[in-house]
Amino acid sequence: MHIFKNADYNFLRWRWHAVGLSWAVIIAGLVVMYTKGIPRSIEFAGGTSTVIQFEKPVTIEQVRSALDKSFKESVIQSFGNTSQNQVLIRVPQSGAETGDALSQTKNAITTSLQQANLGKFDVVRTQIVSPTVGRELTTKGTWATVLSLAGILLYIAFRYQMSFGVGAVVATIHDLLVTLAFLAFFRYELSLNVIAAILTVTGYSTNDTIVIFDRVRENLRGMRRDGLNHVINVSINQTLGRTVLTAGLTLLSVIALFLFGGEVLRGFAFTMIVGVITGTYSSVFVAAAIVTFWRGSGPTKAAAHAPATALPAGGQQQPSRAAQQPTRPVQQPTRKQKPQRKAKAS
Amino acid sequence: MTNLRWKLITVIAVTVIFAAVGVYPIVAARYGITQPTWLTDKMIKLGLDLKGGVHLVLRVQTDDALRIESEGEMERLRQTLQTAGVNVTGLSLVDPTAFKVEGIKPDQDGAFRNAANEVSTNFERDSGVNGTYTFTMKPNVQVSLREEAVTQARQTIERRVNELGVAEPSIAQQGQNNDQILVQLPGVTDVNRAKEIIRSTGLLELKIVEQGPSASKDTLMVNGQVPDGMEIVPGTGGTPGDNGGTLYYLVRKAAAVTGRDLRSARPSLDENNRPAVSFTLSSEGAAKFGKVTGENIGRDLAIILDGKVQSAPRIDGRITSDGRISGSFTQEEVQNLSLILRSGSLPATLTYLEEQTIGPSLGADSIRDGVLASLVGLLLIIAAMLFYYRASGVNAVVALVLNLIILLGLMAYAGAVMTLPGIAGFVLTMGIGVDSNVLIFERIKEELDAQRGVRAAINSSFSRVFLTLLDTHIAALISAAFLFNFGTGPIRGFALTLTIGLISNLFTATFVSKTLFELVLSRHHRQVATLSI
Repeated sequence: MHIFKNADYNFLRWRWHAVGLSWAVIIAGLVVMYTKGIPRSIEFAGGTSTVIQFEKPVTIEQVRSALDKSFKESVIQSFGNTSQNQVLIRVPQSGAETGDALSQTKNAITTSLQQANLGKFDVVRTQIVSPTVGRELTTKGTWATVLSLAGILLYIAFRYQMSFGVGAVVATIHDLLVTLAFLAFFRYELSLNVIAAILTVTGYSTNDTIVIFDRVRENLRGMRRDGLNHVINVSINQTLGRTVLTAGLTLLSVIALFLFGGEVLRGFAFTMIVGVITGTYSSVFVAAAIVTFWRGSGPTKAAAHAPATALPAGGQQQPSRAAQQPTRPVQQPTRKQKPQRKAKAS
Repeated sequence: MTNLRWKLITVIAVTVIFAAVGVYPIVAARYGITQPTWLTDKMIKLGLDLKGGVHLVLRVQTDDALRIESEGEMERLRQTLQTAGVNVTGLSLVDPTAFKVEGIKPDQDGAFRNAANEVSTNFERDSGVNGTYTFTMKPNVQVSLREEAVTQARQTIERRVNELGVAEPSIAQQGQNNDQILVQLPGVTDVNRAKEIIRSTGLLELKIVEQGPSASKDTLMVNGQVPDGMEIVPGTGGTPGDNGGTLYYLVRKAAAVTGRDLRSARPSLDENNRPAVSFTLSSEGAAKFGKVTGENIGRDLAIILDGKVQSAPRIDGRITSDGRISGSFTQEEVQNLSLILRSGSLPATLTYLEEQTIGPSLGADSIRDGVLASLVGLLLIIAAMLFYYRASGVNAVVALVLNLIILLGLMAYAGAVMTLPGIAGFVLTMGIGVDSNVLIFERIKEELDAQRGVRAAINSSFSRVFLTLLDTHIAALISAAFLFNFGTGPIRGFALTLTIGLISNLFTATFVSKTLFELVLSRHHRQVATLSI
């Protein structure tokens, strides 16, 4: 069975439309982030959050009116399965940083609820975070992302060449921005789990890009007379079945996580869903386009002095691993000797 | 043929070993089958978010340790100056790392310098105008003192938690300045007791009372000042029933003995049958204590805990090794106090940065949701692979299931902790892991389309795609490594799951999957014409 039999789509023709679409989403996301802010979870913002399980069903309004006197800016929402009567209460302040004052707010919440006669209840979870913790996490999270991007750039530059590394990293940054934009649109909180998902998206998106680049590298050896644009287009088409299938299967697993994984993992699963979709899109439309911007799109004939070991479309003559060896020097000359730029859409 | 047989044996052996370590204990525990302890020891442990418990993050106020060091040095200098007969108008702490001496007369400057030479080399001396000198702690000493304070605090907390009898606690240093201590107590639900015990400084000091007790500080002062080498310490309110205000004691600054001289502490009863803590001093402490009590028979001895006088009994005779702290304690307080005294005092105060309590029911819900999501994800992927790749799909499914078994087994072997994000990593491993099979199978299809034989198509696809897989896996491992470095607790669990999953996937998707293809091909002695893919 084939999803795409002899696919021959001109993906690079659409790269300007893709650039427009991407920028539109990213700018809209930035506008939303700037005007409405990014909702931050308690780990980042600090504060007190408790999950309370009531014996009898209560409405959000009842809980809110019980707390309104003491807590102005509280967030109250039902948590998890509705049959369990669980309510999540989040209050911005965390009490003072010192001593036992940290749990003052929590105690005040339970006292207010007891006074409101809402029946018996159990505190199922409490999380109290002082504001200083968030700052440290933000710095660490940013560094982890930046360093992992740098690591990927170096690895791809080492295994392939610089333009490919730049393509992959730009595509990944694109995915991070689009994911953040969607988190802002749907008002998902930036939590530790979401940061973990974002870093996973970094890995996933690169993964996808590498598969296409790997094929471009292979094809460059066999299609030396063709323009880079053509080679890239052919490569994307050849790997299209795999790209779509993998994205679909990964989506299946993260959608299962989104639907059944429970309240705590919902933000994580949402981030992954957005990340997988944009990661696939960027591998096809962004990463390769960046390579052509970087290198120009002319013929790659300068790569000629490599042994002709590979043919396009799986027509490889020697499948032994020895045949894979002279891969890297192959593209070297094209970088120095920039071929003339052809029309934008070839 | 023999080559294939060895490959098969390897695959089966790997399956059996990892299933025994990773899967069997879980299944056995689920159905209450007894199993040897060497297996249960290795069973995957549940993280705090799944098991329920208390998670605390504390910051060590390392300034405290510096202040104590500076104060001690300042007091030693005061003593030296007194014996040398050098008069100064003031000796005071500037900040936790520095103190200054004021008002040295020019004709005593030489004598002062001589005396000050005995100040430890940990301090830098600077002279100012009008006979003023400032002593500042050297930066490298500050750094090592801070590090020492955090390490000591961590060790003290470890001892206290062990005394509490918590199973599998986790205590670690973290934070940008490495001055935070993370404490995880699985299964503990009494947060307040845990917090109280961890945070109490537990500094015990026995000091001779010069004057007091008195209801006001003023009556203890001489000319409105606390006499040199003395200090005023508040009491806890005296005997029960006496509801008067706080009582103050004027005591000698130098302690006769401190908590460091303790050998043991245990709950006991005092002469009125009220809960008290009895302690025994080490031989060195006993010698010191015997000397001081022998010289001060008839005076009061203040028993000071964390800066508060608990009681001030009269010294009736020379006391050496044993003593008792009585006060208005409840039975539980006595239990906690002896535990704290046994585990030693903290070198600095601690403040709480984070507190998290997870009830066991929430953890159970999370496990149920996580397992459900994993199963649904697994079934969806299996269905999709079988639908799309037909018979070859079976190959991919076997590789996928084996990947998960190896993942569980390696996690158990590494003593990894399963967290909720870890479960997410599990689900994700299925999605990303199956990608390797897709990559290979799509390549085989291409090769078959190019009119190559089945055997050649399979061989060349595996060897060609292996390099691609290596690249994609290494790139993914790079981001997983930074994720592990970034996160604490649950996130690390996720990063670890992802990393192990990636590595075992490389094995199952290439070696196992290829072996399965070879097995199928070996059944046909003639050239195979078609492949169900």
